[in-house]
Amino acid sequence: MQMSSRRSSLGVSLERKDAPDKTTGRTRYTDDFTVPGMLYAAIVSSKTAHGLISDIDDTAAREMPGVRGVFTGKDFPQLVGLYLGDKPALAVDRVRYFGEPVVAVVADDERTAQAAAARIRVKYEELPIVRSPREGIKSDAPLIHPNMEQYVHIPAILPEPGTNIAHHTRMRKGDPDAAFAAADAVIEGNYKFPPKDHVAMEPRVAVAEIKSDGQVVIRTSTQSPYGARGIMSRTFGIPPGKLTIQTAEIGGGFGGKAGIQLEPLAYLLSKSLGGRPVRVQNTREQDMVGSPGGPGLEATVKLAAKQDGTITAAEVQFFFDSGGYADYAVNVSRAAGYASTGPYNIPNLRTDSYCVYTNHPFATAYRGFGHIEMSYAIERSMEILAEKLDIDAVALRWHNAIQAGDETPSQNVLDGNTGDLRECLDRVARHLGWAQGPIERIDHDRFRTKGISCYWKAPAIPTFTDAGALVSFNEDGSVNLVTGAVEMGQGIYTGLAQIVAERLKMHPDEIHVVQEVMTDRSTHDWTSAASRTLFMVGRAAIAAVDDAVVQIKRVASAPMRAPEEDLEVAEGWVYLRDDPEQALPLSQVVLGYVYPNGNAIGGPIIGHGKYIARHLSDIDPETGKGRPGLEWTLGAIGVEIEVNLRDGSFRVLKGVCSMDVGRVINPALARGQVVGAMAMGIGYTTREAFEFDSNEHVLNNKLRDYKLLRYGEHPEYIVDFVETPQGDGPFGARGLGEQGIIGMPGALSAAFSRATGVQLNALPITPEYVWGGYHTGRDTAWNDALADDTPTDGSRADDAAGKGGQS
Amino acid sequence: MKTYDGQAKLNLTVNGEVRTVWVAPADTLLWAVRNRLGLTGSKLGCENGDCGACTVHVNGIPIKSCYTLAVDVEGVEITTIEGLSGSPVQEGFRKEYGFQCGFCTSGFIMNGHALLQAEPTADVATRVDWLQSNICRCTGYEGIEKAMDHAQVLINGGGELEE
Repeated sequence: MQMSSRRSSLGVSLERKDAPDKTTGRTRYTDDFTVPGMLYAAIVSSKTAHGLISDIDDTAAREMPGVRGVFTGKDFPQLVGLYLGDKPALAVDRVRYFGEPVVAVVADDERTAQAAAARIRVKYEELPIVRSPREGIKSDAPLIHPNMEQYVHIPAILPEPGTNIAHHTRMRKGDPDAAFAAADAVIEGNYKFPPKDHVAMEPRVAVAEIKSDGQVVIRTSTQSPYGARGIMSRTFGIPPGKLTIQTAEIGGGFGGKAGIQLEPLAYLLSKSLGGRPVRVQNTREQDMVGSPGGPGLEATVKLAAKQDGTITAAEVQFFFDSGGYADYAVNVSRAAGYASTGPYNIPNLRTDSYCVYTNHPFATAYRGFGHIEMSYAIERSMEILAEKLDIDAVALRWHNAIQAGDETPSQNVLDGNTGDLRECLDRVARHLGWAQGPIERIDHDRFRTKGISCYWKAPAIPTFTDAGALVSFNEDGSVNLVTGAVEMGQGIYTGLAQIVAERLKMHPDEIHVVQEVMTDRSTHDWTSAASRTLFMVGRAAIAAVDDAVVQIKRVASAPMRAPEEDLEVAEGWVYLRDDPEQALPLSQVVLGYVYPNGNAIGGPIIGHGKYIARHLSDIDPETGKGRPGLEWTLGAIGVEIEVNLRDGSFRVLKGVCSMDVGRVINPALARGQVVGAMAMGIGYTTREAFEFDSNEHVLNNKLRDYKLLRYGEHPEYIVDFVETPQGDGPFGARGLGEQGIIGMPGALSAAFSRATGVQLNALPITPEYVWGGYHTGRDTAWNDALADDTPTDGSRADDAAGKGGQS
Repeated sequence: MKTYDGQAKLNLTVNGEVRTVWVAPADTLLWAVRNRLGLTGSKLGCENGDCGACTVHVNGIPIKSCYTLAVDVEGVEITTIEGLSGSPVQEGFRKEYGFQCGFCTSGFIMNGHALLQAEPTADVATRVDWLQSNICRCTGYEGIEKAMDHAQVLINGGGELEE
């Protein structure tokens, strides 16, 4: 064979494998498939935030030609939940949030289903409303789930019947009381923001049918085909082998399509209609409000520090607004708990993180999974501490930055795989020109200010999170890769092709990645979430290649008359290590070797690989001790904004991110993930939030008035990767898909607070909020909120905010 | 004024082909191309004209097909993403990572292509004016901005394309 000077497939910005189809409209998403005989569902949503369903008049709907069925919660009483089974597919007897699905109409076509749904009249008997998590934990708060004690839940999740607490995470480390008593400085702050939505561009959709042999087939836009199969199987008693989940590429997820979404309703409707295929598709409005979004938060953080800036203790309370149901939010609140120091070495800690039911739209995973919320509260506190100690905000963070050898809140010592946060912080400060000062006056009204934050994240995953991969070969020696990974924009198939190509020393064009997951023929995979897919599926793919290479050598050793140990595989050949001229092309080996006389040996080579998370354990319910985090990605974010203080208007000029990602597999794709996450973080901080009226109805449930970042509003992005290898990652890589969003609320809040001279401790930071802060000299969002939050007993909500949550 | 009742038979000119479709008067162009013609490249993102994922061309002008009635576009040239090939904008999106999940991409490309047909030398402000009618949730718009730069260099020459 001719050894060429093959370029490494790693660290190269290859064109995405999905580029030709996605730029010509040829990629098929879930909604682009139709099934013969498919029926269409339309959903009637709740018009109240909390009420008993007193009457449903569906007569007019049932009478419409083409309507095949009208169903309510009474038809489907099973409760579904990822960790905590608290949610029916359609509301049973009571509704718990505005927008909750109440009735489903199934008809021959979409138009008929929608017209029939519009004729259904639902009457409610209004119940008292829980408007915030702090309100929800009060002893006299209305109970949103009065039957909580009957709910099935996993052992790690601990709902508290008789309250609105779906889960409570406790982290206890060291002696915080002593540290606070001995501190030179103590600061305390309250922070809050409302729930919001992911707004993936593709609204959720699921099509379910049941074949005559009982096989349930669901095509759905999910990040979690195997997760959905597992939950469906357990909830409805379907043997997993009789349930196939199919997922083609999905139009964005951001956590909102993890877990379980429309699949149960689609299945139940199909089952009620003789197994006929039924499509359930959200309208944009239903997708935003009916299906889950990101949680809101109310938080109190207290820090103790020495005069030199060394943080000695933290006391943290998180009250997550889970909305009407728990879904992923219970685990989001848990993840925020075990990351609750932020990326700082804080030896003494008392954290209580609550997941609280309210009468808001319910919450699930959202890019960052509790860490964005946690980071916001911690980074705000760091700013307040820096101000109090009169220490530079970057210097304070650098001084306390967590490093290898330090202990996490769950009392794990960080090992040598830990990224270099100080290097990230230095780079961000340099790119941002921090040394030139954080405030610059442009003219009478306009100021430019800077803000910096640090972040960390570990995947919040089951201790046994797994991935698998299968490698097979074609006649020309090219490779097929089957995994359970879902492509939702992150470029996973391109990244995996590069990893396989590198391991096989082939060109990535020769690696064909199967771009669809079907649970009966793909390989088991926990979920495409938590920034773990490239890491774990990458590991499995490497193992699959190694397994195939062993088999290739075994087959080739006979015709080559050489021991397997003397063979190497590269560039489509198997050859003698010490005499590469003696070689066979893979095409002659991978489907079996045929001797000149026709005799054949071997057969199709199939390599299999697997991965399962290492050394993870559940955390102790009293102290939080355990190992929940597989690998921590560390980084820093910096922003420069320009604010006009006359009217509060602003622009984000610069977004800087430095992150220690271990090893960059595809620089352009890695940058794309970080830049996209930063943009989402800018939206998260400056505009994205549900607005509620006095009845907790969502006012902005459509993209006309739920504002997202648009073209031209994006800043100049600077992304600078640090590469401290992750020893157990594929070629040293670690997760990076979510992390760019995490520090953004903290960095922007710092910059806006610097501009107004007021610590702004609520989100979103709108021009009105900036204007109000500057012109009144106080944090108006927080004070305005007091009026809304004033409880009926006349006590001040901020009193409750300070005390109500402690146990 | 033409009135319609029940199902209307229309001759739509889509991607250079005359296609006969039956639609109800309230059916949108988006619904017709997706469900009657199998042209699923145009996406349903909001059905409210807010996100632009459904953008197609009518006589070369980008419009939101989710709030255009099919009965209103008989006898005009309709182009969907499936009818676009070899556009510098497509190449730009491909080479410059102008997409991630791809769901908004057809709409962005249709809008961007129409812009550069109308104004090949469009400046930054003009591009913002046009492209603000579409939403991308994945890219932070950096890739789209570079894709448009790439396309303008292809069309106008004069600049160095970064590899």
